Amino acid sequence: MHTLHFMIMIPFLFAIFVPVLYKYFAPRVHTGWFVLLVPITIFLYLLRFMPRISQGEDLLRSVPWMPSFGINYSLYMDGLGLIFGLLITGIGALVILYSIYYMSKHREALHNFYVYMLLFMGAMLGVVFSDNLLLLYVFWELTSISSFLLIAYWYQRERSRYGAQKSMLITIFGGLAMLAGFIMLSMITGTYSIREIIANTGDITSHSLFLPAMMLILLGAFTKSAQFPFSIWLPGAMEAPTPISAYLHSATMVKAGIYLVARFTPVFGGEAEWFWLVSGVGLATLLYGSLNAVKQTDLKALLAYSTISQLGLIMSLFGLGSAALYFTGGNESSVYAVAVLAAVFHLINHSTFKGALFMVVGIIDHETGTRDIRKLGGLMQIMPVSFTLAVIGAFAMAGLPPFNGFLSKEMFFTAMLNASRMSIFSMDTYGILFPLLAWAASVFTFIYCMVLVFKTFRGKYKPERLDKKPHEAPLGMLIPPIVLAALVIGIFFFPNTLSEYLLQPAAHAVLPGLPEGLFAKKISAWHGVNPELLMTIGVVVAGYFLYRFLRKWVGLLWRYPQSLTLNNLYALGLEKGEEGSRFLTERYMTGYTRDYLAYAFGIFILFGGGALLVSNRLSIHSANNSSISLFEGAIAVALLAAAFTVLFAKSRMTAVIALGGLGYLVSVLFVIFRAPDLALTQLVIETVTTALFLLCYYHLPKIFKGSGRIPFKPINFVISLGVGVTVTLFALSANGNRLFEPISSYYKNSYELAGARNIVNAILVDFRGMDTMLEIAVLTIAALGVFTLIKLEMDRGGKNEETK
Amino acid sequence: MKKQNDVILRSVTRIAVIIILTFAINLFFSGHHAPGGGFVGGLALACAITLLFLTFDIESVRENMPVDFKAMAATGVLIAILTGVGGMIYDDAFLTQAFNYYNLPLFGKTELATAMAFDLGVALAVIGTAMTIIITISEDR
Repeated sequence: MHTLHFMIMIPFLFAIFVPVLYKYFAPRVHTGWFVLLVPITIFLYLLRFMPRISQGEDLLRSVPWMPSFGINYSLYMDGLGLIFGLLITGIGALVILYSIYYMSKHREALHNFYVYMLLFMGAMLGVVFSDNLLLLYVFWELTSISSFLLIAYWYQRERSRYGAQKSMLITIFGGLAMLAGFIMLSMITGTYSIREIIANTGDITSHSLFLPAMMLILLGAFTKSAQFPFSIWLPGAMEAPTPISAYLHSATMVKAGIYLVARFTPVFGGEAEWFWLVSGVGLATLLYGSLNAVKQTDLKALLAYSTISQLGLIMSLFGLGSAALYFTGGNESSVYAVAVLAAVFHLINHSTFKGALFMVVGIIDHETGTRDIRKLGGLMQIMPVSFTLAVIGAFAMAGLPPFNGFLSKEMFFTAMLNASRMSIFSMDTYGILFPLLAWAASVFTFIYCMVLVFKTFRGKYKPERLDKKPHEAPLGMLIPPIVLAALVIGIFFFPNTLSEYLLQPAAHAVLPGLPEGLFAKKISAWHGVNPELLMTIGVVVAGYFLYRFLRKWVGLLWRYPQSLTLNNLYALGLEKGEEGSRFLTERYMTGYTRDYLAYAFGIFILFGGGALLVSNRLSIHSANNSSISLFEGAIAVALLAAAFTVLFAKSRMTAVIALGGLGYLVSVLFVIFRAPDLALTQLVIETVTTALFLLCYYHLPKIFKGSGRIPFKPINFVISLGVGVTVTLFALSANGNRLFEPISSYYKNSYELAGARNIVNAILVDFRGMDTMLEIAVLTIAALGVFTLIKLEMDRGGKNEETK
Repeated sequence: MKKQNDVILRSVTRIAVIIILTFAINLFFSGHHAPGGGFVGGLALACAITLLFLTFDIESVRENMPVDFKAMAATGVLIAILTGVGGMIYDDAFLTQAFNYYNLPLFGKTELATAMAFDLGVALAVIGTAMTIIITISEDR
């Protein structure tokens, strides 16, 4: 076992101790202080790997878990995994520090909070370091579950529960689709190891399961990363406490889908379907998110939509970058490979500034008591530090210098312009749309960033609308966003250090097999007047004017039928699904035994008779038949007469008597067919049952006693005729197709074997005594059942058993 | 019915019951080599008791025959299972039956088989079941 194996287990193990720590230190020490140690430890541990990974030394360690199924606890660390690991633990540490000040240690159930949090952290680390597909899936579902628990942390609120259910349904749906995709992938390649799958990519493309596997895995990635049209759960997840929103729904969990796409780019990349799906859905999400973010009045909802939009941006970049694999090296590849570098870069940038923005919004919420833009305003003088942090975060998100968002936005435009000049994947016709859409989305991004900053901090101060008297947050709450904001600025000034140690190894991991140094020269070129810079200036100018006249046109965004929104479709789908299944159940679960019998017999005719027809065994031979004697014929006629009497009898008494006659005729049949034991037993038993029937008849209520003939029902008639025909055909073909000699010759020696001349009795008590033993047990149980039914009712006088 | 003078019925019953009982026991014992056996024998015996119930009333019959038929049925099942366990003691499979011939003082050469014990279990279970059902239903008034 490698140390990394233990490091991933630490959050899970520590989660066990959290309730204990909470119990003993509860109101004195905030539980978060203990938890803080975990991400810091793992972060420092992962930092040590940076030099090695940047040298291209990967790490693959495996511990058997279920080796016979090929499922191992195998971990793999390369540039991509390391970036995610550092983000998860680094931002995790900051978020926990923030939550120590955000979550009250007196009022909140902190042990729950931190247990869920640690579960999530461990699961997320597992996702990004897993090399085994099924291990990855296990951790993937753990993130879904822990995220569900965290969203519903304030479970007393109805909206929290609704949001949690929604996110659960959508992400688990995607997760299951992904599992199917994983299984298909392992069926194609014969292995569960991602490393080995990537090594065999050549054979995968031509397989017939290639496309379904790709679609299903993408479904998992899109639902997790809130891509269009699965993005609807993310705004609902904003009911979680703000530290959770900052951590899960901006920096980590939503990037799990991005990670999945990046991780499987070497497998599926270079194909037109992958390219179009990933970049197309990414662009659609980008535009959808930014358009919706502009019209929000709740700060967290605004940030949720902006997260959706930024995730779409990253996703589309990974899609564009996958084109580099089409050329497998050479000059063409390097043009498109820059998109992957931009994607990884923006991934880090987004985590930093979005984390900071969520924390600032949390501070505003915490200090003013509201997140509604319409109530806020003029907070600049009151909360100067928060204002500074919001400006840094929002301007980075808008893509303005001197913040890191500017760099990645420029690279985004570069990648889009390159894509528009692409000659493959029929991009020469539609390619021009890419930069246009990207530019339009960037304008809206700019607008909502301005809304976020200036509607909150500028304008008129409205103290009468606020529940609390606002003031600056405590220092501990400010430190985490300050650290993130410092990173935002630091990355702008020293992007190459970051690039060398993290971005390039990660980009290499996404596009393996491309020449060394391909990414090294690209990151340094971030100066000069080029189309990208002009596009950014255009964004600022257009965004400024649109923001000035926001009030004039933002209403237009609300002017579409509410019934067509995705949320409404989701709610409608749930409602109709429930209604439909209830309707269906009520249709066939009628509660009438007669209907259920009709189903049972209908299915017997359908499957039994159908099987007889399909299997071609329906053949009637008369070779085995013996000749019919006069007695047998006469008794058969009598049997038929008795049976029809039962059917057409006017009173039940006649039917009972006819049934008894039928039984006695059967015993005569036994006599003719030389079965004396059967005849004896049949006679006695028939007498007893007839007596019991008469008893039942005697106790019938008067209205039922002479209720006439059985009414004729065509369906019943058809079904009973069908059953009769089927059984007859079965019997005839079974009689005509005897495959083996009967084993009855063995029992001829019953006197030597069992000391009995009566073969029937010897079989009953000796050869097959087990059956007889259990049958007398059945009889005894029946007797006790009769006794219990009658006596219990007598003693209790029909009262409930509760009166005991 | 019991108020009426049913002396003929009573007299016939007294004789018939003895014949039926004898027949039932004969059915039971002859089951090994001729038609019959525990099941029919048990049923016939139950018929004899039922005839007694019909002729005399249930209370007086039960006074003279203080048997718990539920216990009887249970005993029957128990005997059947125990004969099975007996086979296991001699290292055979469950329910392996054995038989042999002995010279008994009164009967001469007689076949004794564990299957008869098993059949006895069957007969007791059948009698117990039949009587329990009849008595329970008839008492439910």
